[in-house]
Amino acid sequence: MDQPTWPADVYVALKAAGVTQLGYVPDAGHAYLIKAAQADPAMQTVVLTTEEEGIALAAGAWLGGQRTVMLMQSSGVGNCINMLSLPVACRMPLLTLVTMRGEWGEFNPWQVPMGTATGPVLTAAGVHVRRADRPDEAAEMVAACAALAFDSHVPVAVLFSQRLIGAKVFVK
Amino acid sequence: MSLPNSGTLDRRAVVAALLRDPGELMVVTGLGSATYDVGAAGDRPLNFYLWGAMGGSAMIGLGLALAQPARRVLVITGDGEMLMGMGSLATIAAAGAANLAIAVLDNARYGETGSQPSHTGLTTDLAAVAAACGWRATATAHGMEEVEALRPRLRSEPLFAVLRISAVNKPRHLPPRDGAYLTDRFRRALGVAGG
Repeated sequence: MDQPTWPADVYVALKAAGVTQLGYVPDAGHAYLIKAAQADPAMQTVVLTTEEEGIALAAGAWLGGQRTVMLMQSSGVGNCINMLSLPVACRMPLLTLVTMRGEWGEFNPWQVPMGTATGPVLTAAGVHVRRADRPDEAAEMVAACAALAFDSHVPVAVLFSQRLIGAKVFVK
Repeated sequence: MSLPNSGTLDRRAVVAALLRDPGELMVVTGLGSATYDVGAAGDRPLNFYLWGAMGGSAMIGLGLALAQPARRVLVITGDGEMLMGMGSLATIAAAGAANLAIAVLDNARYGETGSQPSHTGLTTDLAAVAAACGWRATATAHGMEEVEALRPRLRSEPLFAVLRISAVNKPRHLPPRDGAYLTDRFRRALGVAGG
């Protein structure tokens, strides 16, 4: 199967938005973006031990005049909740791209609870939530959400649906 | 209650010494007493105080250090806040920011909530944790002479320092706590508020 082209378009959108720091907890759905960022001398990548570190990283970068994107999987959203008070209380931007699990052809039942809760808990924590379901809308959605975050100084999450990413296939 | 790690340093004297003649040093504080101590040493636009977001001070320091590589960042926090963000010691060591230092005011207690013993008063040595995470320079200070010796190092090295302070609670000194105000004045002081 050919590799999808939308992740490359998303990376172009991040660059166009002026993002220069990329924090991530590895996820297969973000593999292209992580690889592209690591190959880009103008992008600083920071591998995190837990997702909430990325919320604080983005806050520090903003204080210093830089823009950050935070990559995580839906399972990591729950790790961030109290730290999300930082961008909300400080009127700071946050742009996070969240690959969804537990919603489309999910094999692993342990992914379902947090996948189901991801959108509602982000909303409850004060984050603006948008979804990308189709390959042709992913980059446009990221560009629009970057503008919302960095120009209006609010936290924004783009959920990349599991249908877009492709359900993880476990082979015995 | 006496704990194995009980220190004797006066926390306000320690912070006043570390921040004497701060120049353009960028300071990030952990919530609670570290915020009060840094505020008491003199409020300034390049102080960013946390009043929440527990566990986030070190990572805010990293994002700031990466964004401003020609300037120095000093994170001043307590043992409880550092324990909550302990994974960030691994993240920061791996990121290798040369312009970031951390000073932990360690009273081995959760002072804000009733002085319950923290892990540093039980079994955990944060300087050893940092070293095991890959921090090449770590130090522990017990007396003011050691604090004075750490002051220039905290402004020139990627250093993780533990300062053994006494558990005596100080009067609360409350610096500004509106996060949007603190953010905007910090960015204006750095000249990056236009974006």
